[in-house]
This record gives sequence, C-alpha cells and structure tokens, in this order.
Amino acid sequence: MNVKHFIEDKVLLFEFTEELDHHIAEKIRKRSDYEIQRFMPKRVIMDFKKVNFMDSAGIGLIIGRYKSTNCYGGTLELMNVNNKIKRIFEMSGVLKIVPITSDFREAKQTG
Amino acid sequence: MNKNIKNEMKIEFSSKSANEAFARISVAAFASQLDPTIEEIADIKTSVSEAVTNSIIHAYPNKDGIVKLRARLLEDEIEIEVSDTGEGIENIEEAKVPLFTTKGNLERSGMGFTIMENFMDELKVESIVGLGTKVTMNKKIKKTKELEKNTY
Repeated sequence: MNVKHFIEDKVLLFEFTEELDHHIAEKIRKRSDYEIQRFMPKRVIMDFKKVNFMDSAGIGLIIGRYKSTNCYGGTLELMNVNNKIKRIFEMSGVLKIVPITSDFREAKQTG
Repeated sequence: MNKNIKNEMKIEFSSKSANEAFARISVAAFASQLDPTIEEIADIKTSVSEAVTNSIIHAYPNKDGIVKLRARLLEDEIEIEVSDTGEGIENIEEAKVPLFTTKGNLERSGMGFTIMENFMDELKVESIVGLGTKVTMNKKIKKTKELEKNTY
C-alpha cells in the first residue's frame, strides 16, 4: 500500500498494491489507522486501481476505515473500482455508505 | 450421481493466513485445465479464499490446525472441497445469512458464504460442533472453444 497525503486538500490517499485478502487486510488495517490518526484528514480515498484480487476481507477493511475516518470527522471514498470488485461491494451494501468517486489526482490535474 | 472424475488434487496446509493466497492460486492453476474464462477463474479464487479464510479464523481461533483442500475436475465442472477438524459451526443457516458474523472484532464482514453462493453454482456446508466443517462447492465451466483432443 502506498500512502499519499495532500496537505492543502486535507486528503489522505491509500493506493492498494496487493491482493486484498484476510492476511493482507490485517496489515493494511494497522497502517491505515495509524495514518488516519496521524493526519486526521477531511477525506480519505482508497484507490483500487492496482488491486487484482479482493475477497470479503475488503468489505471489512472498508467498514472499519469508514468508522475510523468518521471518528476524526472525515469521509471515506473509493476510486478505480473494477467490476469484479464492485460486484462484491454491491452484495454487502457497503456502497450505500461509502461512495465511489472519480480519480482524485486526475481531477486535481485537469481541474 | 457418479460423475466421471478427470483429474484430482489434494493439498493440506497449516491454518496460517499466509496460505490463503497459496490455496486460491493452487486451485486456479489446477482449474485452468478446464479452460475457464478469466471471470470463472476469478469467481473460483474468491470462493476458495472465503472458504479457506473461514477455516483459518473460525475453525482454529486460538491454535494452528490443518486445512485440507481437494479439487476434482469433472467433465465440464470443478468440485472444490475445503475441510478442517476445528470447532465446527453451531447454526449453519445463521452463518449463511448475509452480514452475520461472530468475528466482528476482527473486521470480518459476514459475507463469506454469500459470496461463495453467488460465485459458485452449488454450495454444501456440513459441520459438527467440536469435530469440524466441510464446505463443498461446484462450478460449471462453460466450454468457450473447441478443445483440441489431446492424448496424454
């Protein structure tokens, strides 16, 4: 996972680079909560562009980070979610509380 | 129901979470003999990952145990069996309910069985408390192209 912090936008970006299963999720959970507590961002964005596998551990990871982001008054968004991953999110209903957003960096460059 | 078994494999491994990736990749590699689509392989990998993770987390919560994985290639179908000799499931119907989990503290979503049911064609769960659990799942692999007749 790569972590990018955009100070002026108060955005914390987590770019997942690994297969999101239970084994990896445990590690990401600790690191991401540490970063959220450290920066207390307004927006936390999770980038799934480089994720080529995810199981239900991904859902738990999102719900958990939704809670920790909320704790500091921030919101959680997802981006670059492919159809395979989207199908899993849709089954759980998690997209009702965590929206999919357009690519933050692209929007930043063009806008 | 005597289906013709074309090929079969078995693996046993410790209930360590690092083996989740090993398990799903092994089954995916084995299943490739049926010439599945990328979609079908993805469904199989996700389902195996769910079943194996369940055994690792729920069957052996405080100790290491053995998870057994068996896959069989039938004519146009793969059958996957994941079993353990762990704690067992008290109420299988309840365990299958979407979002139901006994491990919310571990950030489990309670979607494991729902995903297996959706991604595979058949799912059978057998469990005896104190003895273990066996999950059997089948998926039809559609023939996408004419396979050349290989003689091994």
